[in-house]
Amino acid sequence: MEKKKTSKVVKYNKWGYIFLAPFFIAYIIFSFIPLVTTIYNSFFENYRSGLKQIGPTFIGIKNYVSLLGAPEIWKYLGNTLIMWIGGFIPQILVALLLAYWFSDPSLRLKGQRFFKTAIYMPNLIMASAFAMLFFAITSDSGPINQILISLNIISQPYKFMEHIGSARALVAFMNFLMWFGNTTLLLLAGMLGIDSALYEAAEVDGATASQIFFNITLPILKPILIYVMVTSLIGGLQMYDVPQILTNGRGNPMATTTTVIMNLNQYLTSKNFGMGGALSVFMFFVTAVLSLFVFRFNSRKEEG
Amino acid sequence: MKKKLISALLTATMVLGLTACGGGQAAAPAAPAAEPAATEAATDSTETAEAPAEDSSSEAAAPAASGDQGKVLNISAWNEEFKSRLVDHYPGYEEVDGTTGKIGDVTVKWLITPNEENAYQNRLDEILLGQESAATDDKLDLFLVEADYAVKYTDTDYTLPIKDIGITDDDIKDQYKYTQTVVTDSNGVIKGSSWQGCPGVMIYNRAIAEEVFGSQEPADIQKEFSDWDKFFESAKKLKDAGYNVISSTADTFRVYQNNAKLPWVDGNKIQVDDNLIKWVEDSKKLADAGYCGTHGQWTDDWSKGFYPEGKVFAYFGPAWLIDFSMAADTEGSIAHDGGWAATEGPQGFYWGGTWICAAAGSDNTELVADIMRKMTCDPAIMKDIVLKDNDFVNNRPVMEELANDDSYQNKVLGGQNPLKMFCAGADNIDMANLTAYDQGLLGDFQTAMGDYINGNYATIDEAMNQFYTLATTRYPDLTY
Repeated sequence: MEKKKTSKVVKYNKWGYIFLAPFFIAYIIFSFIPLVTTIYNSFFENYRSGLKQIGPTFIGIKNYVSLLGAPEIWKYLGNTLIMWIGGFIPQILVALLLAYWFSDPSLRLKGQRFFKTAIYMPNLIMASAFAMLFFAITSDSGPINQILISLNIISQPYKFMEHIGSARALVAFMNFLMWFGNTTLLLLAGMLGIDSALYEAAEVDGATASQIFFNITLPILKPILIYVMVTSLIGGLQMYDVPQILTNGRGNPMATTTTVIMNLNQYLTSKNFGMGGALSVFMFFVTAVLSLFVFRFNSRKEEG
Repeated sequence: MKKKLISALLTATMVLGLTACGGGQAAAPAAPAAEPAATEAATDSTETAEAPAEDSSSEAAAPAASGDQGKVLNISAWNEEFKSRLVDHYPGYEEVDGTTGKIGDVTVKWLITPNEENAYQNRLDEILLGQESAATDDKLDLFLVEADYAVKYTDTDYTLPIKDIGITDDDIKDQYKYTQTVVTDSNGVIKGSSWQGCPGVMIYNRAIAEEVFGSQEPADIQKEFSDWDKFFESAKKLKDAGYNVISSTADTFRVYQNNAKLPWVDGNKIQVDDNLIKWVEDSKKLADAGYCGTHGQWTDDWSKGFYPEGKVFAYFGPAWLIDFSMAADTEGSIAHDGGWAATEGPQGFYWGGTWICAAAGSDNTELVADIMRKMTCDPAIMKDIVLKDNDFVNNRPVMEELANDDSYQNKVLGGQNPLKMFCAGADNIDMANLTAYDQGLLGDFQTAMGDYINGNYATIDEAMNQFYTLATTRYPDLTY
């Protein structure tokens, strides 16, 4: 009797596994195997010189030594973080403000649907097309320079892509523009989930709007904020398409807009899988450590 | 029980995953082993190809595909230039659609990949390395290369010697020597052929010349630009009148680079010729004085000088730039109204050029040989290319005949016949210094030096360090 019962449960379980299988098969083929081979490849000298294959020869951690021993990778990591933070700070502030406005019923904002769609629009354009657009707008004979010259603000075209500040600011600005709508919608979802009884109670107690925001909205929103920060961090560390297209892969001026993944692309001219693998593994650890840090930083506050 | 099975399955997939990547590694060294096999196949097919190819050269017979020849001709290119040449000038070529055509009963398939970010070569590499295992109709038959990276392909067994597919020394006797040097491998075997010669000239705006120098005649303008000192003096005059002497510092790069004495790489050590340093110094002077911009070539900033409001006096370029790139078809452009003229400029140089190579493993060697013979050796067809497209073709007697023919006029150049200039230039081109690394190195060099020219690096040495960093990242086998 009992035996029969268990076998029936197992029979139902079988369907569970079958329905789960597609995900695991896809995961193993497209994520797990590449992950393991990347780590494996990073211990080999393996590239092409012209059409000639060099290696693969096992060389231990030599790729890591030459990668992390050179100053470039740290510079590129710095570039990436600077441009990410430059885009993320305005992004989170604007998104919080917009989400707060959208979610506050007392404001009775009109045309919410339109604005929610409009702020998401930049994200629908391909990053490369967006970058090409900005390249054209800010070029020496582009519209921005022409307007500034015709207003007699400047006499010579300002070379946006030849100054560290303006080049990085452009990349940060584009990232901000592309992602603030997405962040707004995420935060808005979080804010709408907050029980309105809490707001009413606060108002009855005579709390000001800023008190309500900092003492009710933000603490309850924390899990979503952490999610937004971690996903944005991971996306930011993998920043590639915008600076790549904007600078035509050169990362100018002086490689100050070269991101880590652009550097990975440089290695792939020679199909340098060894160094490419080492760089990817390094990025894996950087991402893991930074994500843990963000997570810890935010959850510790909750305790205190 | 089931649990155990599942866990066993999971471990099995994990182990499988690990061994699968191990397998991938094991397969990699097998790739070079495929090389001799490819050449073997190639020599096989050439034996059969030689005999019929030879008599077709004397009779110029229509390229009928005989029994052992394939039905699909795959051509790899990075733009439409060669395609338009074939469409216009190869007898019997019918266009089917954008990427296919027909020659007799052979289908021509175009594999066009743009040059940007090395995409063309990445694709070509994969095709050539997989040539051995590809299906007969998918095998690449013909591919195009540029001088900047020709060595990368010609110095391997993936490219067939043109002799093996039936092109004789007699066929190519009229070609300019330098075009053969480019595609000669380290053993002295010629592995490609070109229909173009690319001696460069200084192409200047007639209207601006008239305004600033009081004459638009090439001989008078040449006096103002006969060397680099004169060039700078004239640049100042142009600046005072509100014009840029050239569009960008990138324009003169080829001129200085072609007059360098050293190849980019010696053994596997990167070396930088003094003339390249001179380009950096002169470009810095040009940029600091505001004589021209510092943008890259092929950008909108660069090509705005093709129109009168761009206020650019001159471009440096070969015949194909005049014919193919200067917006001659666009109304309102200077080229459209024949407002350009050409003169030698401060120094001779070459720029670009496209070479046709036969891929090892091709099943259409007869047709490939016929295309090479017709497009790069046949004087009648080549003369037609000059008359229709104003290209400078790789055939000395044809060019010399046209150079002395007053009825030949270039519309873009306001009716001038620039061919004498080009002919003289073509004789002086020296292409002995090519290496397989040229394209990447000259790109990285310009990237790093651009930061010095724009004033971001204080010294050339700092820019040099940046150049070496970029170059060794790109080519791990190089040192400095």
